[in-house]
Amino acid sequence: MKITEKEVRYVADLANLSLTEEEIRRYCTDLDEILAYVEKLTEVDTSHVEPMAQVLYEAGVGSTLRSDQVRSSFSSEKALSNAPLSGAGHYKVPKVVER
Amino acid sequence: MEDVRTLTIDRVHQGLRARQFSAGELAREALRIAEKENGKFSSYLHFCPERALEAASRVDAQIAKSEKLGELAGVPVAVKDVISTRSVRTTCGSRLLENYIPPYDATAVIRLESEGAVILGKTNCDEFAMGSSTENSAFCPVRNPVAPDRVPGGSSGGSAAAVAAGQAVVALGSDTGGSIRQPASFCGVVGVLPTYGRVSRYGLVAFASSLDHIGPLARTVKDAATVVGDRIRRGPDVFRRLGCEIREVSLPHTDYAIACYYIIATAEASSNLARYDGVRYTFRTRRDPTLLDMYRNTRGEGFGAEVKRRIILGTYVLSAGYYDAYYLKAQKVRALVARDFTEAFRSVDAILTPVSPFPAFKLGEKMSDPLEMYLSDIYTITGSLAGICGISVPCGRTSAGLPIGMQILAKHFDEHRMLRLAHAFETAGGFEV
Repeated sequence: MKITEKEVRYVADLANLSLTEEEIRRYCTDLDEILAYVEKLTEVDTSHVEPMAQVLYEAGVGSTLRSDQVRSSFSSEKALSNAPLSGAGHYKVPKVVER
Repeated sequence: MEDVRTLTIDRVHQGLRARQFSAGELAREALRIAEKENGKFSSYLHFCPERALEAASRVDAQIAKSEKLGELAGVPVAVKDVISTRSVRTTCGSRLLENYIPPYDATAVIRLESEGAVILGKTNCDEFAMGSSTENSAFCPVRNPVAPDRVPGGSSGGSAAAVAAGQAVVALGSDTGGSIRQPASFCGVVGVLPTYGRVSRYGLVAFASSLDHIGPLARTVKDAATVVGDRIRRGPDVFRRLGCEIREVSLPHTDYAIACYYIIATAEASSNLARYDGVRYTFRTRRDPTLLDMYRNTRGEGFGAEVKRRIILGTYVLSAGYYDAYYLKAQKVRALVARDFTEAFRSVDAILTPVSPFPAFKLGEKMSDPLEMYLSDIYTITGSLAGICGISVPCGRTSAGLPIGMQILAKHFDEHRMLRLAHAFETAGGFEV
């Protein structure tokens, strides 16, 4: 086994994702299969390879980045337009501080 | 009015210039056909007729004043529903964003409309573009217009089906691991993966930012080329005269590409999708008064099965103790996959491969085994990891009549050569199968 149900619960917790018991069992089985498959990467010798942190290494900086200009942004009214709950120019969330 | 199902961009231009139809008439007819056909294929999730007719009236005003027309003047276009459209719902095929109305347009949408394009509506897709069959749409699956008991491919299945069914002349899709090229091959249309960074991602709802691309689907290579701003003037005689030489090349790390991709893509997705927490984006759970439970239940209720699977996997490979073994290792293997292409392109101008190991499969056939679905991306994923450009061109049919696509891959920013090759192939009649 590459992964246990306990680990799936832990990772779901990190991801702020509630899962049902049935989902936990299912993802444990699925991930076990997927993680066993990706194990094949250990066959590759990468001891002298830099991680590919940028996609276009060889294209040069100027060819991929737009000029860094100040542009107009949204009004707070627009930014809040898709909020499920808002008021007085703010997002509203459940109370987090006890009195 | 002639059948809008078979129009090309050139034909639209001719018709408008010769005053055979107005942009408004074309838009109304295109909307009528698109809506009528949608009952059969579910290519579109919703239409935006007001926006379409406004765009068409701008084109008609230009014609009335004899002004110069844009490259896409009056052309009916479909846009995948992961690309933001101001004041027009953008759901990403997700319940979580069912009512999301972006306050801005994606750059690609602005560019299309500034060339006179008429956006008819937004196309169906796998939820957050995660899938290879469009069966992960939270709303309904898309049916392949060529064989309605089969999937159109994915995740841009709605865009490919819309173009194949004549519900749009061209469409925008997005491609992270093959999501434009594979549905294009399944539906018998052309699909282009532009070089990473060539088309702005601003306004594309992020799945895996280092792999995401916007690109076109069309019925001809020439139309697809027009959408990415490339003009094809020369015909196939040029290539016949030059005579292409066929060489075998080796891409030795291909066998590791899928493992590499599903680590990097899910890691990026787990980070990108953290923003859907019930605070900013329309959907919030009705249960639980505490903040943390509000986050968790909103996400648990709002996301579909495949999205959750990828968030779990992506969070796992980034978590303490596993980061080096999975994520960092995959980033190193990605460099080797990219290096394979750099080496290969020293001796050839383009690389030809299949797009998919099999043609369009039946709805439901591969939904039970996620790994098997992932493995079907083998031919498209290497190019995605390297950030190079690619295209799927129809190259024949199976004995059962299902379309087959051929992939042409070319160097970074070498779209022009790739598109001319594809056009030459298409004009020469493709393969006789």
